[in-house]
Amino acid sequence: MEHTQTYTASVAPATTGSAIAKWPRLGGRRIALLVLVVLLVSAFLLSIATGSVNIPLGDVIKVLTGVEPAKTTWTTIIQDFRLPKALAAVLSGAALAVSGLQMQTLFRNPLAGPYVLGVSSGASLGVAVVILALGTSGTVMLAGVGLFGDFGLAFAACLGSALVMGLVLLAARRVESSVTLLILGLMFGYAVSSIVSLLLHFSLAERVQAYVNWTFGSFGGVTWNQMSIFAPMVLIGLVLAYLLAKPLNALLLGDAYAASLGLNIRRARGWIVLSTALLAGVVTAFCGPIGFLGIAVPHLSRGLLNTSDHRLLIPAVGLMGAAIALIVDLIAHMPGSQIVLPLNAVMALVGAPVVIWVILRQRSVRASFTS
Amino acid sequence: MTGTTLATQDLAVGYTPPRKPARTIAGDIHITLHAGELACLIGPNGAGKSTLLRTLAGMQKPLAGRVLLAGDEIHTLSPIERAKRLSIVLTEQVQAGMFSAYELVALGRHPYTDWSGRLSAKDETIIRWAIEAVGAVELAKRPVNELSDGERQKVMIARALAQEPSLIILDEPTAFLDLPRRVEIMRLLRRLAWETGRAVLLSTHDLDLALRLADRLWLMPGDGTLHTGAPEDLVLSGALARAFRSSGVAFDLHSGTFTVQDAHRGTIALIGGGLAGIWARRALERTGYAITTNGGPALARIEAVDTTPPKWRLIQGDAVVEYTVLSDLLAAVKTLPS
Repeated sequence: MEHTQTYTASVAPATTGSAIAKWPRLGGRRIALLVLVVLLVSAFLLSIATGSVNIPLGDVIKVLTGVEPAKTTWTTIIQDFRLPKALAAVLSGAALAVSGLQMQTLFRNPLAGPYVLGVSSGASLGVAVVILALGTSGTVMLAGVGLFGDFGLAFAACLGSALVMGLVLLAARRVESSVTLLILGLMFGYAVSSIVSLLLHFSLAERVQAYVNWTFGSFGGVTWNQMSIFAPMVLIGLVLAYLLAKPLNALLLGDAYAASLGLNIRRARGWIVLSTALLAGVVTAFCGPIGFLGIAVPHLSRGLLNTSDHRLLIPAVGLMGAAIALIVDLIAHMPGSQIVLPLNAVMALVGAPVVIWVILRQRSVRASFTS
Repeated sequence: MTGTTLATQDLAVGYTPPRKPARTIAGDIHITLHAGELACLIGPNGAGKSTLLRTLAGMQKPLAGRVLLAGDEIHTLSPIERAKRLSIVLTEQVQAGMFSAYELVALGRHPYTDWSGRLSAKDETIIRWAIEAVGAVELAKRPVNELSDGERQKVMIARALAQEPSLIILDEPTAFLDLPRRVEIMRLLRRLAWETGRAVLLSTHDLDLALRLADRLWLMPGDGTLHTGAPEDLVLSGALARAFRSSGVAFDLHSGTFTVQDAHRGTIALIGGGLAGIWARRALERTGYAITTNGGPALARIEAVDTTPPKWRLIQGDAVVEYTVLSDLLAAVKTLPS
């Protein structure tokens, strides 16, 4: 390109010694990312160490590095139950938080979350059909269900969310404005939820209970078998989201400016919706519709990092989402007791006051979404 | 630099409502804009200024004809190639999130950076140049959402510059600004056009500023035509006065401004010049009096004495009353029998 390089002719060179203080240093927020990594690792180890039986941290590390711990049962507990649960929490937390961030940016709406496009409603329909209509009595909560119970629910949920996701993707290619897409997603969600309501209305009480248990959400139902599908899918979704950081940054300026910067809006939107649907859909399929995280974590991260740059936000949101999922799950399991509380209930009960406190203290939410 | 940056051939702009025939807003448009020129697009509301700008910016397809950007048809350019040649500043305020001004300007490098958006040393040099060019260096570190409207508009112009376009199109860039800020932004744009050799096209409702600063005026009267020329030529040909003609408003060819014509209270004879005379005239016209200076029939005679401080004498037959503030004079004039 033969662009006229007038920027050197009309202005003195900017890279003089005194100019260094004058210009902001980008990337000074790496420290915050490091803090989040430390938080995540601590939460991960703590999550594996605590539960109905508490295991000393030293032994946890021994098991994780393949060394024989003080008690051999601890190896079983960690390998068969706590490690997959902790991994599921990490993957789900990261997935939901990142997809929530993408939706908030795409729709420039602070209330948007991973489920605004109706993905969780789709998954709910799949699960409702399996539990209520077909009459599989197994639930994801109970360990040791048969192969159909193991994969059946997840498969049905995947199918359901894929169905809604397909509709939304189709709409995303044809619809001009993002607001229209948002409304379409909400309407898909309502329509699908109403079918679930109808199924619930005509079902036996114990089957309804099984369905309700699924809606509570749980990280504990993901077996190693399922993990071999769950983990790669989430990782693909996360990598896709990171690749979309540049278009997401451009979209912050609004569709018109983004297009003027050379961005193909429809194509970018299609990829963002695909990544979100993959992340939110897979998590819902394997762990149930886990609320709250996807909306709250992006706000907390923006406040912590004081930026809207997705190149920083996406890793930060992922790390924070994973850490918070672990911590909430830890609380839900009430260390030292046999009681397990519904994950979604704990999530909102613990999370809502924290988020309210953070949001009232800083203006980051207002700053991000109003001019 | 005298190359033709923007040209149109037989351009017709408008829109196509769903399931209805296309509606042409303006047609047969032949315009050229050269490097280093500032063009102002003016016209009454609803004349189609935004539609024309959107079409010239490639955001909307023309109904007929072609838009040429340095000889290449704009709708055949790839989005990235177009972004390297043309940038925009819109009326609506961006919800820029938690960006610093520097980060916002850096988004202008979007068409040049790789998939990750990483800024090279050259990118950073251009960002700094753009910020310095609009005089926003002290704003660089500040969050965009804490800037005033005028400061933010400067940053948006820097962002447009950072795209290194040959043409910048701005849709009413001064709409939300107070008068000093409007003058500042318009002068900035003219300086940028002249000094950086870029073509700048903007729409505005600030006729006065457009007349004083534009190299070329594009006038859309709202009847489907477009007149272009030097501002002074459009004034002298009467095209400007015709475009904005409406009841109660007239374009004054001497002052180059619009005056409110609402003389229903009668005629006053005004004598004396200087500032005292000018502002007495303004005050009387504002209150609804016509002014005569050549001794026709009048309700009364006012003599403006341009001293410091000024004073005014209201003369009615033999009665002469002197006033030192215009509000007292107006109050007295209003009691005159009409």
